[in-house]
Amino acid sequence: MIFIGLGYGCKGGAATAALASDAAKRVYVAPGEKDEVYAFLSGGFSGQMSVYGIPSARLFKIIPVFSVFPENGYGYDEETKNMLRTTHGYVPWDDSHHIEASMTDGKQDGRWLFLNANNTPRLARIDLKSFETKEIIEIPNSAGNHASPFATENTEYLMAATRFSVPIPQASVPIENFSKGDFKGTVSMVKVDPKSGRLSIELQILVPGFDYDLSHCGKGKSHDWCFFTSYNSEQAYKMIEVGASKNDKDYILAFNWVRAKQCLDQGKASNFGGEYYRNYLPENQPVISEKLSGVKMLQPKDCPGVMYYMPTPKSPHGTDVDPTGEYIVGGGKLATVIPVHSFSKLMDVKDKPEHRSGMIMDIPVLKYESTLAGEVKKPCLGPLHTEFDGKGYAYTSCFVSSEVVKWELGTWEVVQHLPAYYSVGHLSIVGGSSKDPYGKYLIALNKITKDRYLPVGMELPQSAQLYDISGGKAELLSDFPTVGEPHYSQMIPAKLLMDKAAKIYPLEENKHPYAIKNEKDARVVREGNTVRVYMTQIRSHFKPDTIEVRSGDTVFFHVTNLEQDFDIPHGFAVGGAPEMPNLLIMPGQTRTFKWKAPKPGIYPFYCTDFCSALHQEMQQYIRVLP
Amino acid sequence: MKIIKNIIKFGKITPVLLGLIAFSYCGKEKPAEAESSVGSKGIGPVTSVTLGALDEGMAQKGKQNFETKCSACHKFEEKVVGPALKGVTERRTPEWIMNMILNPMEMTQKDPIAQELLAEHLTQMTFQNVQESEAREILEYLRKMDKK
Repeated sequence: MIFIGLGYGCKGGAATAALASDAAKRVYVAPGEKDEVYAFLSGGFSGQMSVYGIPSARLFKIIPVFSVFPENGYGYDEETKNMLRTTHGYVPWDDSHHIEASMTDGKQDGRWLFLNANNTPRLARIDLKSFETKEIIEIPNSAGNHASPFATENTEYLMAATRFSVPIPQASVPIENFSKGDFKGTVSMVKVDPKSGRLSIELQILVPGFDYDLSHCGKGKSHDWCFFTSYNSEQAYKMIEVGASKNDKDYILAFNWVRAKQCLDQGKASNFGGEYYRNYLPENQPVISEKLSGVKMLQPKDCPGVMYYMPTPKSPHGTDVDPTGEYIVGGGKLATVIPVHSFSKLMDVKDKPEHRSGMIMDIPVLKYESTLAGEVKKPCLGPLHTEFDGKGYAYTSCFVSSEVVKWELGTWEVVQHLPAYYSVGHLSIVGGSSKDPYGKYLIALNKITKDRYLPVGMELPQSAQLYDISGGKAELLSDFPTVGEPHYSQMIPAKLLMDKAAKIYPLEENKHPYAIKNEKDARVVREGNTVRVYMTQIRSHFKPDTIEVRSGDTVFFHVTNLEQDFDIPHGFAVGGAPEMPNLLIMPGQTRTFKWKAPKPGIYPFYCTDFCSALHQEMQQYIRVLP
Repeated sequence: MKIIKNIIKFGKITPVLLGLIAFSYCGKEKPAEAESSVGSKGIGPVTSVTLGALDEGMAQKGKQNFETKCSACHKFEEKVVGPALKGVTERRTPEWIMNMILNPMEMTQKDPIAQELLAEHLTQMTFQNVQESEAREILEYLRKMDKK
């Protein structure tokens, strides 16, 4: 088994020239033609999100989310720097794992994407008209926000749970107290405003201190429920790789969020501490950053019926719900089976004492066999994540044996092994986590590429591999390196997004307090030692175009791009600015470049984004006087 | 420096290129010569404009839009980025002017006059997200300026 990944085709993927030529035809998108699918890939340790076209695997954009982006100034200018504000101060980076697509009735609706920050717990909302980050909310009472952001069927809520249990509220206790119950986890219900998409923390539930790893919410009949895997039910705190792998089974937590809301409405939750920031971008204005304090916290004991533990072998990783909402598939990472729970059985047995084996912190533990629908026997080594094609088949990624296995729901029979090069983590089918998979393409997201590409020193790219799953047998089509670590992906049919994509910011809608909308208003205004430059850009000049300031002044260049033409951003950079990168200013947008005027001299500034035949002339001088 | 030189060079060869394009229309019909385009309505959504007496209210609205969306590149008495606009309503038909505002990309690709203007000024006339009714108001403002 282990050799499947490593003994196969080290000289390439497709076995014969004929096959290769056929695969090449299926991924070739002719110049001027457009791709069929958008693939949004999270960036893992890059903190960003990237946008590819499928089947061509061409990269279109990197959307900055949780990390600064000097290329366009995200996280630096006066407008966006507050997006990265947290209770720990300004945090310039994060680790982004999971992308969720907004849904209506369980189907992708093309409005927003959501992304988690693992390290400094946060969630982000990315708007799918502008393809920009519009909001970031911090999650208090959490550490290691890994099991997020997973949406309920109509995007009523996003779920977020703690991967690292910690004392809640925070306290400096001996670390060995972990195993004495001093460490806890939380499950957070983050409400999504159905009109604006604005995020708010509605409720947190205090749960036993395990490591909550991943989640997915129900569909159809299981609409009211979300499911969370957990590992380290051993509560090991040293040599965790050994200590947390002792128990034969850990748990999938079944959480009835509708019941939780009911208990909240009945006043069963109490006021609890926790400070957090909520930063959001109103259209074409600077980011508004709010510090909020306190949450509602619910204890499972005060809300019977809200949670149940389903034992699941072994240190389960992913938990995925099939399109019908009946099957809850556990990624039994260290198990030799893929365990599948039945939602109907769960409903049938959850409150019958004979089906329980105990309680943990007032949460009933059910018997494994009582909720089990079936097991996929010996599918592979290290099963992690499962997506669905909507035709009755499931695809599960297997990290250790470097493959994707296709198996049938209901019979639990494996029908195909697909090699992956190498060490596949998540996988994604177009709409594959929704109620209505579009299918056709699957990408496997690989952690290690060893011998697949031209070597480039010690660090090699991660990769994605594209399979065609439209026929009876899935086929590997192509293999492409990716940006950052492509941890997970949502793929969305192009027709759902392409006609809605914004082209410009209409000037008349620009409400920026320092915007100017025509050159007549361009001016330099001094307020003590602060100088505000109200500046415009249009192909291919700036106004005002010669500026004088005094050494030591704080200068704000409020730059408005007057263009109203698609795909004509202008850049703005000043020589020797120690704290600022480049700004890219979209048509109709205003952004602000802050500059401390240095020692006397002449300092050029210029447009950095090639805009016209006279782009090279789009340059000017600032004179700094003593 | 090299790049600047190249751009200047590019500027010099552009008219030649445009000429070539004009004479290689798929080997079929030769496009109309620029002289015979006097009176041309251009290419775009506007096929017929009826001009009446000057409408002051309309011209006033046109002035506001002109200042926001056009004045960065056009003045009346002198060339800036684009050509000086004094007399434009005498040189061109109202339809041509509106089509140039509403459909500048296709105009500079296909309309002989617009092609010549691009060769002369070297900056693509930009579409500034102007609605047809707003283009009509801008036209009224241009008429007003030409009556002064």
